[in-house]
Amino acid sequence: MPEYFHSVRLDAERCKGCVTCIRRCPTEAIRIRGGKARIIESRCIDCGECIRRCPNHAKRAVTDNFIDLKRYKYNIALPAPTLYAQFSPDIGVNKILCGLIKIGFDAVYEVACGAEVVSAAVREYLAQNEYKRPLISSACPAVVKLIQVKFPELIEHLVPIDAPVEVTAKMARTASRSEHNLTDAEIGIWFITPCPAKMTEVRQPLGSDKSAVTGTIAITEIYGSLLKAIGVSSDNEVCSQASIEGLGWAIAGGETGAAAIKRSIVVHEIHSVNEILEQITLGKLSDIDYIEALACAGGCIGGPLTVENRFIAENNMRKRLEKMGSERGKIRLPVDSSKLLAQVKREFEPRSSFRLDEDIVKAMKKIELMQETMHKLPGLDCGSCGSPNCQALAEDIVQGGASETDCVFKLRERVRDLAKEMIDLAEKVPQSMPKYDPERDGGDGI
Amino acid sequence: MNSRQVINLEFQLKSGDFEFAGEASSQIKRIVQQIGVKPEIARRIAICAYEAEMNVIIHSQGGIIRVEILPEQTDLYVEDRGPGIDDVNLAMQEGYSTAPDHIRNMGFGAGMGLPNMARCSDEFTITSEVVVGTKIHMTIRHI
Ligand SMILES: Nc1ncnc2c1ncn2[C@@H]1O[C@H](COP(=O)(O)OP(=O)(O)OP(=O)(O)O)[C@@H](O)[C@H]1O
Ligand code: SF4
Ligand code: SF4
Ligand SMILES: [Mg+2]
Repeated sequence: MPEYFHSVRLDAERCKGCVTCIRRCPTEAIRIRGGKARIIESRCIDCGECIRRCPNHAKRAVTDNFIDLKRYKYNIALPAPTLYAQFSPDIGVNKILCGLIKIGFDAVYEVACGAEVVSAAVREYLAQNEYKRPLISSACPAVVKLIQVKFPELIEHLVPIDAPVEVTAKMARTASRSEHNLTDAEIGIWFITPCPAKMTEVRQPLGSDKSAVTGTIAITEIYGSLLKAIGVSSDNEVCSQASIEGLGWAIAGGETGAAAIKRSIVVHEIHSVNEILEQITLGKLSDIDYIEALACAGGCIGGPLTVENRFIAENNMRKRLEKMGSERGKIRLPVDSSKLLAQVKREFEPRSSFRLDEDIVKAMKKIELMQETMHKLPGLDCGSCGSPNCQALAEDIVQGGASETDCVFKLRERVRDLAKEMIDLAEKVPQSMPKYDPERDGGDGI
Repeated sequence: MNSRQVINLEFQLKSGDFEFAGEASSQIKRIVQQIGVKPEIARRIAICAYEAEMNVIIHSQGGIIRVEILPEQTDLYVEDRGPGIDDVNLAMQEGYSTAPDHIRNMGFGAGMGLPNMARCSDEFTITSEVVVGTKIHMTIRHI
């Protein structure tokens, strides 16, 4: 079993074992064991759904810390377009970027610029017309992982082009190496992220060997200091370049909008994405060219590491886009999109974690056992057993990770049977003892 | 018990029951994935099951899908209670469909179901008798 790195972690002290998260997890990757929610690493896709749902804030995302910047001579911030949506549209993008410089970064490259390059590359890729319909966006790492784990048959539908942050990071690295005479080891490139999935992707790239990004810092982590810095910073140091096309990627629909794709479906929120993928595996939607799929409701503005409520953030963003109108900035480091298309070929590997056994005959025996077990379980899917539903408990039982009496109803049945047996036994009197006589002994006879 | 390992499944299909449409094929897909059938083959099995399931729900008066999974192959047996198909060769043609408008509005009726089943299975036989019903047998080999 390969070791997986994950950003989403459990704070065991806070967890009350309330079963909320196990029932919401889209890949059934969580179990309650010993009263605490354990994550099955091979199934976790870092979508952050459990972080959002946990009433006790026991699920957290691990990202890098601001102090990690100290390890590098030259630090570059890559703000996700979602960062801008955390602020009122009256605060110009340039002011936000200058704020980033103020809090300690040496340079800023907008991920929205990389998004524009990706949009152009996707447009070209579609025009080549040599792809499996429908093409599925690979920009959201949680969706890519959902496909690897649960829909491996759809891997060849994924866009084989780098995600915007990766493209931006490569542009930033090349530029600062030559502009400032730096070595790779001296440059720290930090993605200001709305989600834990991006953090995990940087550590464990999906479909490529190594990420050009050094680390990720949560929007929630820098928000406070950035807000202060924006208040006092002048805004003539950097100038923003991204156009509304790139900025639009923060909201669900922005990606297809920027690439001007006609026959497309935009789906967001991980369970809805799951349903659409299910439809594609059944051979449906082959008349659709492109699926923009995002794990978070509303798109990245709904990311678990954002500060602003997603509806407010969406409103902020729409107002900002309107304000910018069609005025297009110039891209400081234009990367030829066809070159990007030719260079990068991401190859995604299946990670199917649902296989019961390496040996097909043994796996079939397990299915048989599972079906027998299912018949005995009450089918209430209550989660009290610590598994997400009865079917999952049956699977955990055949895999040796649980027992039938983990089901509270089965346990009660067993207790009742045992109690009955005890009464039966108590009534059995040894031959040497006088038989119970109510007249003489009184009481109820037990 | 048979010494050969086999998994038998059975799903009743009701005419016009769109609420549970796709349920049988989803379950079949999950099981073949769990036993480790290769993703692209599991997908072909799912497509065959799904198209057959939908045809019974949309075009027939109800029926049944029986599934027999062996280590080396999956067999799908689909049977319905009528009205049968007049001209099977015509029905097998791509694009031929008798689906009414309200069915087309739901995204069905492209006339691709039967051709897809034939394409996705390694063996495909269909027999139909007007009034009595339609029977389809599909074999999908795992290797
Ligand atoms: N089980 C059945 N009973 C009666 N008629 C059927 C049955 N299955 C298919 N047919 C007939 O054969 C035609 C072609 O079937 P096919 O599955 O290829 O296309 P469709 O169901 O019309 O459209 P699609 O499958 O693309 O949604 C149907 O329109 C219907 O007239
Ligand atoms: S939602 Fe999950 S992590 Fe949070 S308290 Fe409940 S069981 Fe624990
Ligand atoms: S939708 Fe955006 S914020 Fe949410 S997981 Fe995907 S990439 Fe991250
Ligand atoms: Mg059909």
